[in-house]
Amino acid sequence: MERLRIYTYRKTKMIGYLFILALLFLCFRVGYLMIFRASHYAPRAVEVEQRERDIKAARGRIIDRNGTILASNKTVCTISVIHSQIEDEDAVIDCLSKELESDRGEIAKKVTKVSSIEKIKSNVSKEVGDRIRSYELAGVKVDDDYKRYYPYDSLQSKVLGFTGGDNQGIIGLESRYDSYLQGQDGKILTFTDAKGIEIKELGEVRMEPEAGDDLYVSLDYNICEYATQLAYQTMLNHQASAVEMIVMNPQNGEIYAMVNVPEFSLSDPFTLPQEYESLSEEEKSEKRNEMWRNTCISDTYEPGSTFKIITTAAALEADVVSLDEQFHCNGSITVEDTRIRCHKTTGHGSEDFTHAIMNSCNPVFIQLGLRLGAERFFDYFEQFQMLGKTGVDLPGEAGTIMHKLENVGPVELATISFGQSFQLTPIQMATTVSSLINGGTRITPHIAVETRNRMGEKVHTFSYEDQGRTVSEETSETLRYLLYQVVAEGTGKNGQVEGYSVGGKTATSQMLPRGSGKYIASFIGFAPAEDPQVLAIVIIHEPQGIYYGGTIAAPVVSQLFENILPYLGIEQQK
Amino acid sequence: MAEEANTSTKKRKRAKTIKYIDYTLLLMIICLLGFGLVMLYSTSAYNATLKMNDSAYYLKKQAGAACLGFILMYICIKMDYHIFMKFAGIGYIVAAVLCLAVNFVGTSSHGSSRWLYIGPVSFQPSELAKIAVILYIAAVISKRPKAMRQLKYNIRLFASILPIFLVVAYNNLSTAIIIAGIAFIMIFVSSPKYAPFVLMVIGLALVAALFVLGAKGSYRMERIQIWLNPEDYDSGYQTLQGLYAIGSGGLFGKGLGESIQKLGFVPEAQNDMIFSIICEELGLFGAICVILMYILLLWRFLLIATKAKDMFGSYLVIGIMAHIALQVILNIAVVTNTIPNTGITLPFISYGGTSIMILIAEMGVALSVSKDMQVDV
Repeated sequence: MERLRIYTYRKTKMIGYLFILALLFLCFRVGYLMIFRASHYAPRAVEVEQRERDIKAARGRIIDRNGTILASNKTVCTISVIHSQIEDEDAVIDCLSKELESDRGEIAKKVTKVSSIEKIKSNVSKEVGDRIRSYELAGVKVDDDYKRYYPYDSLQSKVLGFTGGDNQGIIGLESRYDSYLQGQDGKILTFTDAKGIEIKELGEVRMEPEAGDDLYVSLDYNICEYATQLAYQTMLNHQASAVEMIVMNPQNGEIYAMVNVPEFSLSDPFTLPQEYESLSEEEKSEKRNEMWRNTCISDTYEPGSTFKIITTAAALEADVVSLDEQFHCNGSITVEDTRIRCHKTTGHGSEDFTHAIMNSCNPVFIQLGLRLGAERFFDYFEQFQMLGKTGVDLPGEAGTIMHKLENVGPVELATISFGQSFQLTPIQMATTVSSLINGGTRITPHIAVETRNRMGEKVHTFSYEDQGRTVSEETSETLRYLLYQVVAEGTGKNGQVEGYSVGGKTATSQMLPRGSGKYIASFIGFAPAEDPQVLAIVIIHEPQGIYYGGTIAAPVVSQLFENILPYLGIEQQK
Repeated sequence: MAEEANTSTKKRKRAKTIKYIDYTLLLMIICLLGFGLVMLYSTSAYNATLKMNDSAYYLKKQAGAACLGFILMYICIKMDYHIFMKFAGIGYIVAAVLCLAVNFVGTSSHGSSRWLYIGPVSFQPSELAKIAVILYIAAVISKRPKAMRQLKYNIRLFASILPIFLVVAYNNLSTAIIIAGIAFIMIFVSSPKYAPFVLMVIGLALVAALFVLGAKGSYRMERIQIWLNPEDYDSGYQTLQGLYAIGSGGLFGKGLGESIQKLGFVPEAQNDMIFSIICEELGLFGAICVILMYILLLWRFLLIATKAKDMFGSYLVIGIMAHIALQVILNIAVVTNTIPNTGITLPFISYGGTSIMILIAEMGVALSVSKDMQVDV
């Protein structure tokens, strides 16, 4: 037997060593991949291996000043099928079509469709979802979900707002305080095999959702409910196109109710009234925006006679008039060749200033305006802070539309004096009057008070600082007295409330264009007159028949006060 | 030839002749095989449950084949390996015929027909071809060792495996390359020359490069592109998932059985890509241990080859060493995306009944050679 040649011996060793070298090199290669490339590959591996499911966070509730829940969540279910996991197709189709009360063919189509996951129906009530669960059918998935729920449906619809499909606030408070209400969605991370089937043994990583904070608001459910009823009743009685009502605390700016009738259904905010069915999508979208519009803050109107409160405040503050100064009204006044008539064409005759405001006598207020002069008048507007926005905590507030100072001639000045030829929002009107009669402090109207977590612990308190002085204490007191007189014996008589002293001012303004026969009747009232605790403004758009503010708007406030003053714990005085 | 006579006549010349087989090698084989079966079960349980509704399906088949292999191994150890010398030529022809037959009557899987069915037992003749070639070349060289000094005979011998190379290459190029590699290495060590072999390697590399580059946009070119940028290609999926598995192993891995990539992400994880699952479950530590096991195995083969009593034994073990080494190196290189993807299994660990049976029998041959190993020369 021959042994190996020496060169063969050497070559064999060489080959062996080369093999070992190659393997050692591969050790380094593996080490490189596992240590230096791990940060590249490992996360990608997790990405393909993990399935992520969101768990929706419960949205914070909206709760009124007494603890009544105005917006909440209810659990609804989403039913879906996972085709690869279905064992008994017929049973699944039977169960789903029966429980969901849907067409068998429709369901069958979705169930038999080869897809990873097919949604059958969402927003299914919890009871139905639970019933489907109890069948324990393989491949049928019932996922809990939250749906925004408004217990009083259309109440304060334009103030509360609603949420969209992704739980985001769309208008109103829901939109303004979205970041507080939304909360943090949770996640379920599960490992799956390549087919997407969860691997139970590996468990799941749960990141619990964090519920949004509850928003506590100054709204009062009872006042809202009653004010809304009144507004609807008024709208019906006078065949008005719309009625707005704001009830607020003139001392601190808290809004108790902000009514815009007609309201819309928060549970179904996208459905328009039947008559718009035939419109194009674009027009429908426009109609929807119109329907959702909070006119109390987004629309301006010509205030008319209620603005005389502001003229009076400016005149008193400038000391250009005293209460017992005598005026004479003969039915009209001529300003620079323009004859401006009083609403009482025969004239009020001889009257002192107190009676002039009680009679809402236009010529007297025109004289006050002229005495002040445009510049001084505008300075007071600035001082009363009524030219900008009020800063109310709702989205979409409009500013005041006022003449430019340099364009204000005597005629413009005269019309401004009794509340015509410019526009402001109802909220601006209510806030400005509040700020004049509350002792002279400019307030910020607001709804949100604080947020609390689910345990009821306070998380955030919203603070609204006073915006400075409007008028002196004395002026404010005089103004209260004058407005009390208006209701007690003047044009605002219908605003009286048995047992309470009410101050207020009526207004009837013709809508533009003049002569269209369309009017806005309004009344702004507060009580008690000496120490106002509540202020309400009612604006009736396009009433048919009688359109005088003193006749149709004042009684609304009277009725409102009659009910809410005792409710608010304000004692009777007389 | 009688072993008794052999040892007794040369007793005085040699310091010591071991009468026992190399137990170190046997122990290493058993360890590697045991480890392989555990990894195979861990890796294949998911696929087995899914397809066969029996988590141990692949394990049972593999273990069964291993048992058969051990019977063959025992026979090989008991038998005088020189018998193979007589049957080498016939073995070569039989293997070649079987490999040819499989192209016509084979059972296909993954697009290539590689299996022959004999009753209920399936058999992959290309696995047989490897050992047949080792036996054949070892026999030829040891019969005329002097002839191997001439390049002419080297080439002639190399050319003589061309038929089996071609019939195997027809549906299993990877195995054919392994066969050619084994033959090349065995012929290389039998010749005193270096230059022609080095030139041949360089020449082959150039031809391969031209072959690939000359076919832009083709399947081959795409394979190269996948190799370079597996993340950009759909068909880079297997490679990429293997890399994901390796990358997510870390230093000590996720623990035995904890791999996620084996759950259908790495396709057929129990076959070629099993090393990536080892990386994922046992980490860098486990992966290096496995490679070290193979290094030890090769070292053992090297020892037996260089200390074997005669030339035929030496060449047998050189061939076996080349076989194991080439498969391990190519497999790990593929899994780590060091070279483009080819379908080569990891010896002792990857699933494959024929492969495991013949491998164990092959180890029997090596152990048989080790029986007459001379410890010091």
